[in-house]
Amino acid sequence: MKNTAYPMKPKRSRWKLWSIYILLFLVYVWALSGVPLEGFKETAGQITKSIINGLFAPDWDYVYLPDGEDLLRGLLDTLAIAILGTFVSAFFCIPFAFWAANNISKSVLLTQSGKFMLSFIRTFPELVMALIFIKVVGPGSFAGVLALGLHSIGMLGKLFAEEIENIDLGPTEALKATGANPIQMLWFAVVPQVIPGFISYTLYRFEINLRSASVLGIIGAGGIGTPLIFAIQSRDWSRVGIILLGIIVMVTIIDMISSSIRKRIV
Amino acid sequence: MRKSLTHPPHKEFSRINMKKRKHIWTTLFIILLFAWSIRQTETSLLDFIHGFSNMFDLLVQMFPPNWAYFDNVIPPMLDTLRMALLGTTIGAILAIPFALLSASNVFTNKWLYYPVRFILNLVRTIPELLLAAIFVAILGLGPLPGIFALGIFSMGIIAKLTYEATEGIDPGPLEAMTAVGANKIQWIGYSVVPQVTPYYISFVLYALEINVRAAAILGLVGAGGIGEYYDKTLGFLEYDKVSTIIICTLLVVVAIDFVSTKLREKLL
Repeated sequence: MKNTAYPMKPKRSRWKLWSIYILLFLVYVWALSGVPLEGFKETAGQITKSIINGLFAPDWDYVYLPDGEDLLRGLLDTLAIAILGTFVSAFFCIPFAFWAANNISKSVLLTQSGKFMLSFIRTFPELVMALIFIKVVGPGSFAGVLALGLHSIGMLGKLFAEEIENIDLGPTEALKATGANPIQMLWFAVVPQVIPGFISYTLYRFEINLRSASVLGIIGAGGIGTPLIFAIQSRDWSRVGIILLGIIVMVTIIDMISSSIRKRIV
Repeated sequence: MRKSLTHPPHKEFSRINMKKRKHIWTTLFIILLFAWSIRQTETSLLDFIHGFSNMFDLLVQMFPPNWAYFDNVIPPMLDTLRMALLGTTIGAILAIPFALLSASNVFTNKWLYYPVRFILNLVRTIPELLLAAIFVAILGLGPLPGIFALGIFSMGIIAKLTYEATEGIDPGPLEAMTAVGANKIQWIGYSVVPQVTPYYISFVLYALEINVRAAAILGLVGAGGIGEYYDKTLGFLEYDKVSTIIICTLLVVVAIDFVSTKLREKLL
């Protein structure tokens, strides 16, 4: 685009380029020096083979068992965790979003503190949150819901705040001119403008949450992850195969539904 | 609604009525979804209120953080960074052929780019922690399975973003290369690569940001890095150490994000 065909690059930028290369080289030397590369187990090939065999011969009986834990129940649990987690975060991030949006309040300090708060919540990994919530409410789906709900506030709050910052202020001023109070201004001028964006971002976050919910079980926070990690640990590869297949199918279907709704809204 | 039946339905009126009915159905559906998910996850507000005092206790125990533990945290934190870096590198290299093969303006054959995109979609549905758990079963404990899991995971992200960027490039140079009779390799090297490279580097940096966060938790399934220390310290109820680990992770993530964002701003 910009730099397609210079005959000769200026000297200073060549120096700059070389120093970048040398820096990268040093970084890689450092990175590779810390990794034990002799770590291949002699059984690796054999295990890989049995994994591939298991993945191509899934344990179909596991899909539905009349009594106890089966694939469908695990997937429904996962779905429910993702849905509820998304609901919780979509609800609680709204005050945060208004706090962080720079056109709602004039104070820079206020909006910056809101933005910092949201990015602080965002950087906290959800699995660590789940670990902590397991300590608080005990293992199970509820801990997963709380972890997803809290973690998603960070990202949804940021996206919602950006949506609020992008609204047209005309309707607000018009309402102000007619003597509306702040609540009426919010309800009749701001809310109708931001609702489509809010719904679209919530659906997008729901797609992400579904993926996260499917691994929460690995640490005991409910959903399909728990039977999956048990199956991996007991080397039951045909069961791993059917669970992976179930996750892939569920995620793909939900993605399709969610993105078709999003396309219609925006 | 009843009234509209007795009067001859006006066109505009019935349209609004339809819209209203649709809204009512949507709201009902959402409420049902909400109620079902509460039942399914056995969520109760009482449990939450009950757990609140636990939460408070835990937070009290987390402060002040155990600063002496910082020395123990730094080596695994550096391991985590190494894993993220090498994983991203593997992903970046693997992503190149996938991105080119799935861009419809580079290879125009439908039977080529749809299957490759399908594979990419498949790869992206599998969470990195699951990949790590599977690689741990194959390669044993340590950072190596983590690196491979991150590699495959970030390959999916980088390849998708890059092929989308590739499809948006200026077709002029492509046609020019075709006109002078370049072979496919020359064609890609001189018309596609110069246009896509800044985007590609930016996506690699973005994947690095994601991978640093991901690498910090891979230890939970035994794939190396700082994640193992969460398990150890939480297991022994050493919450002051947990908060040290969390603070250290946050610092590293924020630092990497900052550097990467600055670099990306410069690139694009």
